[in-house]
Amino acid sequence: MRFWSEVKQSVLVAVWFMFLTFPILVIRVNPIEKLVVWRWRNLLWIGIGAFVLSFLWRALLRRKERGKPATSTETAWKTDWVSWIAASPGRYIPALGVVGLIAVLFPIVMSPYQTNIMITALMYVVLGLGLNIVVGLAGLLDLGYVAFYAVGAYSYALLNHHFALGFWTVLPLAALLAACFGVLLGFPVLRLRGDYLAIVTLGFGEIIRLILENWNEFSFGPSGISGIARPGFFGVSMTLNQAIVYLYYLMIGLTLFTIFVVNRLQNSRIGRAWIALREDEIACQAMGVDKTKTKLTAFALGATWAGMVGVIFAAKTTFINPASFTFLESAMILSIVVLGGMGSIVGVIVAAFILILLPEYLRAFSEYRMLIFGMIMVLMMVFRPQGIVATVRKAYQFKRRTL
Amino acid sequence: MDVILDVSHLTMDFGGLRALDDVSLTIERGEIMALIGPNGAGKTTFFNCITGIYTPTAGDIVIRKPDGGKRERINGLKPNQVTERGMARTFQNIRLFPNMTVLENVMIGRHCRTHAGIAGAILRDPRTRREEQDVVDHSYAILEKIGLADHVNDLAKNLPYGAQRRLEIARALATEPFLLLLDEPAAGMNPIETQELDELITRIRDEEHISILLIEHDMKLVMSLSDRITVMDYGKKIAEGTPSEIRNNPVVIKAYLGEDIDA
Repeated sequence: MRFWSEVKQSVLVAVWFMFLTFPILVIRVNPIEKLVVWRWRNLLWIGIGAFVLSFLWRALLRRKERGKPATSTETAWKTDWVSWIAASPGRYIPALGVVGLIAVLFPIVMSPYQTNIMITALMYVVLGLGLNIVVGLAGLLDLGYVAFYAVGAYSYALLNHHFALGFWTVLPLAALLAACFGVLLGFPVLRLRGDYLAIVTLGFGEIIRLILENWNEFSFGPSGISGIARPGFFGVSMTLNQAIVYLYYLMIGLTLFTIFVVNRLQNSRIGRAWIALREDEIACQAMGVDKTKTKLTAFALGATWAGMVGVIFAAKTTFINPASFTFLESAMILSIVVLGGMGSIVGVIVAAFILILLPEYLRAFSEYRMLIFGMIMVLMMVFRPQGIVATVRKAYQFKRRTL
Repeated sequence: MDVILDVSHLTMDFGGLRALDDVSLTIERGEIMALIGPNGAGKTTFFNCITGIYTPTAGDIVIRKPDGGKRERINGLKPNQVTERGMARTFQNIRLFPNMTVLENVMIGRHCRTHAGIAGAILRDPRTRREEQDVVDHSYAILEKIGLADHVNDLAKNLPYGAQRRLEIARALATEPFLLLLDEPAAGMNPIETQELDELITRIRDEEHISILLIEHDMKLVMSLSDRITVMDYGKKIAEGTPSEIRNNPVVIKAYLGEDIDA
């Protein structure tokens, strides 16, 4: 009974799609020879394709509906593979070992080209983790995150150009500067939430980009800055390939450092305050949390990572211009956070690899790349809105006291 | 008796609407005071004014901590500053942190009594670790007292309704208040839960020595629980007294039942 009603629905969808695509896919007018070609075969394919997809879609949705009661009673998402691995040291130590081994051997085994791609992926991991503090933990939708990335990149480029400051001097400076910009953005948006905040941060990102594009005396405008020094290693001179490998290990180090810090932050007094702020702002304030301070620390600590990655970006490409810091970058980083699962470290890492590496390895179908990208996003949001890895709150153990 | 909260001539205007009109009220140490009145009388506005969510148009709110604290005017302070000074509240429509665990909800209450900063969080030095452990222990002790110890690691949104109400009280207690403000704590509870709530509130007063100001519509609870009752109507205070005085006060009866047209 159910089956036939589903079939009927799918047939309706197929007919509707056949009707919609009829003018484009079936009729072809050749104006030169004044011919009309009727391509009925296309109609058939559209019909079959729409029917199958619609049927599959319904089946998946039904499965999701059925799955729901089981997952909502289980507070800790025990069905998750990540939780399954994290559950016992016997599982996660070998898993970590394998990941570590791959990470260490990667630049030795793979070509410099592949290593370069991996550096980019790692950069997005750190950016994702940084934005995760602002969006995932504190719940402040920030669409201008790329601004801090630009601040980091330009502070290295300019300081290197004018004062010949080295990579290692600028790295902490840029982090600090980005944090200051985070606070600068934080102040005017303290009262805003949700959509309004998103719009203002979007504007902030554009302002920074437009300043860099138009203030020629300061930033050299759209032509950008070239000849930025690569990171040094105690004055040892390196070939290009060696420099890439060095940068790779540097990026691994920064990624580990980020994971360490973000992990500690989210289970601390401040991290809890961020999450409380996300959950209910009024209640959070009424329970004695200083809203101003908490929001500003979230903005500042989120921006810090973007600043550092910006420096690495400038050092990696040795050339930057404002075109690298468009809204699309912000959207990409935000997609990483949302796809990975708000507030989940492992999720953000996995999502960053998927979203950066997938387009790279799909170059063969470069025309359909963005199509596949978009489809993945839609499917994820429909079938797994909590992200690839949902966050699990820390559980505490207590001995029952005898009452 | 010690006066711990002294509100005098409090007035709150929203544009042309006067939500509170010259309301004065004092609360003494160890007292349970109920604030009652028909819907829209301004009870919750009164709460919002004294907890810093609104800044009152006129009037003074003065607190004096028990055991020799000094008098302090708290008009215009932010909600978190008011909580820091020892007044904690719950909300009429439950406002928990739904996606945090029960324990974490209470731990947020400890925020204003602890100091660990960013450096402490990252380095986890012995002092931060000790403080964190204290927070956990203290929060758990409160949950045990309130009777939610079995739910520590559940998400707050998965608790049954009555337990959510009690968790809000637990969270407020974690801030170490001397005055607890409860906004309709029994709303939506069944008679058994209300009975338990009655015992809980009395226990908080007797064991923790915390004074209580509550807004409530459940007259049975109000009459059995409170030492004094203040009645409001149309933003004005219309009566104050012991439960038996209020029960027989003609002004109060008129406010609740309406005026007889013939009279």
